Amino acid sequence: MTDKTTIIVHSGDMDKIYSALIIGTGSLSMGMEVSMYFTFWGLERLKKGGLEKGPLSKMNMFGLGRWMIKKRMKAAGVEELHKLMADFRELGGKIIACEMTMEVMKISRSDLREDLIDEYGAVGTYVNEARGAQITLFV
Amino acid sequence: MVDIKVDCTGKNCPVPLIEMRKAIRKAANGDVVEITGDHPASKKEIPMAVEALGQELMEVREAGAKWTIRIRKVKE
Repeated sequence: MTDKTTIIVHSGDMDKIYSALIIGTGSLSMGMEVSMYFTFWGLERLKKGGLEKGPLSKMNMFGLGRWMIKKRMKAAGVEELHKLMADFRELGGKIIACEMTMEVMKISRSDLREDLIDEYGAVGTYVNEARGAQITLFV
Repeated sequence: MVDIKVDCTGKNCPVPLIEMRKAIRKAANGDVVEITGDHPASKKEIPMAVEALGQELMEVREAGAKWTIRIRKVKE
């Protein structure tokens, strides 16, 4: 059986979404299966137009810190989030949206990037994904 | 000799790894994929990924900060 990485994306912060997508695409590139479970603030990033909207987890300074980090990332040749997400999908990465978060935050399927989402589920879906995984992370 | 060439010069983590994986997926069995870049960690991580994927690492060449890696696709 193929090795697997599962990531719970709880944070909607830009830098943490980067970490999650880098680990996700990296795992796929090294031949693993990957599923990412988007919940709470993380689910905000699956809203239409929401992927790049997250604040910086530290030193955001009303967006100034975020702007500076984005500038430095570009200079260092770091790819943009939408490109990493497209690569994640192209390499077969799976995305699950948390239904409880959708209910609590009053998010409907039509608010989300349905083209990116493979499955809508709850904790059982996640546990079933994670029980056979070698790497499980909470971001 | 080389069937697919990918240039990742100036690109950072994890782009060289991703581009290697995409190129291997596109390649036919027996094809040679050549990746060039200058991201230091990828020079050792691409060979790690090649081993994990069960492909054949043919060559790792260095010229200053630049490296060129050749891989033969030996399995789907």
